Amino acid sequence: MKMNSILETGITDCHPASLPDYTPVPELRDLQLQRLRTVVTRAWQQVKLFRSRMDERGIEPKDICSLEDIAKLPFTVKSDLRDTYPFGLFASPMKDVVRLHASSGTTGKPIVVAYTQEDVDVWTSVVVRCFAGCGLHRGDIVQIAYGYGLFTGGLGAHYGAEGLGATVVPTSGGHADRQIMLMKDFGVTAMCCTPTYFLHLIDRAAELGVDMKDLPLRAGVFGAEPWTESMRRHIETLSSIEAFDIYGLSEIIGPGVGCECRRHQGLHIFEDHFYPEIIDPDSGEPLPDGSEGELVLTTLSKQAMPMIRYRTRDITMILPDRCECGRTLRRIGRIGRRSDDMLIIRGVNVFPSQVESALLQIEGTLPHYQIQLTREQGLDQMEVQVEVTPRMFNDKIGALQELHQKLQGALDRVLGIRVRVSLVEANSIERSEGKAKRVIDRRTS
Amino acid sequence: MKIHQISLFAENKPGHIAAPIRLLEKEGIDIRALYLADTEQYGIVRMIVSDWQKAARILGDRGFVVKVTEVLAVEVIDHPGGLADVLEALDQIRINIEYMYAFPDVRAGKAILIFRFADPDEAIARLQTAGVNLLTSDELLKDQ
Repeated sequence: MKMNSILETGITDCHPASLPDYTPVPELRDLQLQRLRTVVTRAWQQVKLFRSRMDERGIEPKDICSLEDIAKLPFTVKSDLRDTYPFGLFASPMKDVVRLHASSGTTGKPIVVAYTQEDVDVWTSVVVRCFAGCGLHRGDIVQIAYGYGLFTGGLGAHYGAEGLGATVVPTSGGHADRQIMLMKDFGVTAMCCTPTYFLHLIDRAAELGVDMKDLPLRAGVFGAEPWTESMRRHIETLSSIEAFDIYGLSEIIGPGVGCECRRHQGLHIFEDHFYPEIIDPDSGEPLPDGSEGELVLTTLSKQAMPMIRYRTRDITMILPDRCECGRTLRRIGRIGRRSDDMLIIRGVNVFPSQVESALLQIEGTLPHYQIQLTREQGLDQMEVQVEVTPRMFNDKIGALQELHQKLQGALDRVLGIRVRVSLVEANSIERSEGKAKRVIDRRTS
Repeated sequence: MKIHQISLFAENKPGHIAAPIRLLEKEGIDIRALYLADTEQYGIVRMIVSDWQKAARILGDRGFVVKVTEVLAVEVIDHPGGLADVLEALDQIRINIEYMYAFPDVRAGKAILIFRFADPDEAIARLQTAGVNLLTSDELLKDQ
């Protein structure tokens, strides 16, 4: 049946692990409903918080008779993971848990996530499907420069690349010069890291006299932070690779919840394991496909830590049409912003992604930047610190001042409010896990 | 005739110039000349050093943003009018100076002027025609 549906699409070059991507829609919906009922029952039986919320609503697992009934279920939010720290949401006894991961926890307690062996296997299978969708296969040499450790990025991508049959180079994050040396000496064909870290590698390579375009590198699978279409073009132009957006979050499984295929028209969600909904972030009401709202995900097969209607805070939409690639999996639009990213500065709504697009307008620059918010005499002040890269730097004061004014002008135009631009030294802005920390809010309310 | 000058971006904050200078010192690199061009917020440290390639590599490896530019060095007798003579010569050959700085060579009783021109090759040709004495890198760094 599955094979037939692939044959109908005319796809011949397909990794065996990708077969579920082409499940006929009615069959996929049946599978989702069956798995939804199982996971809801499991959470209801094993997780006290979930049970009490179901009780409050007067519903039981048997009330889930269709996929639409998912709207009856309570949401789970990030603070639920903090409030039940460390193991309060586990649905498996510790003897069945083979892995724990945790967030970097910059504020307060980290959030903890757990996996049974089955969960790890599912995780591996979805990351394999991500890579396969990006056109990678056995014979590719994949360098993983996501942080290894408590962060899910490194190990998630690692298991997936190994599962694919590729050759894995587990460099983890940092040590840019060594990353570049190995990319070159090992003939690495695909890179996995955050998009901002890859930009840093491009810059550093240029300083070392290495042109990324001359390397065998042909694909980059970038995620763990929102990035824009203009950033993709920037990366592809500078390095001659094909850049893919991969999506995931530790609360759901880690990287591999969804990924672009080679059509680059949205990210396919691996719907046989993760059920996507879009809701109005204010009212919580479900929205139809094609409407923008907050992405909510339910893990359909998770054992150790099922997540029911987890509010991701990511703003996107489910694309209404079928992808030309033939996959039956629905797609979400690329995530440009998160609902909790929005800053209100002197009454004006500002998103960090706007700052990024303003910086990109200035030719040849996508530097590291950070937004710093303070309040002076009751008035919000926004400062954008921009790290000076070798490409931007000039030994003439006049040229630096001109750059400064161009950045100032672009930010004023895009944001519609006056901000202060500061040029700061390279590497002076803090990074964690290779992720850029975009906003520091020092306003006290 | 061209001299390699190292420029470094530095924020205008306490201690931000000391760190790279200390780094060069530890690596045994001598600083022949140092000039700071600054604004309220940031500055550019320009240096002539004994080994510019090594200095650029060391600073780059430590994450400093470095640029190497070609400048010209002119030696003048350190007496009243010495500088004006050279500047007048530059005026006459109508060549625009991007920036310049000067430092004394105490033992020789001379002063050295460093010039940054938009087109150093063009500047060399015209200065030589005008009889201005340009120092080579070796001459500038001797006795270091």
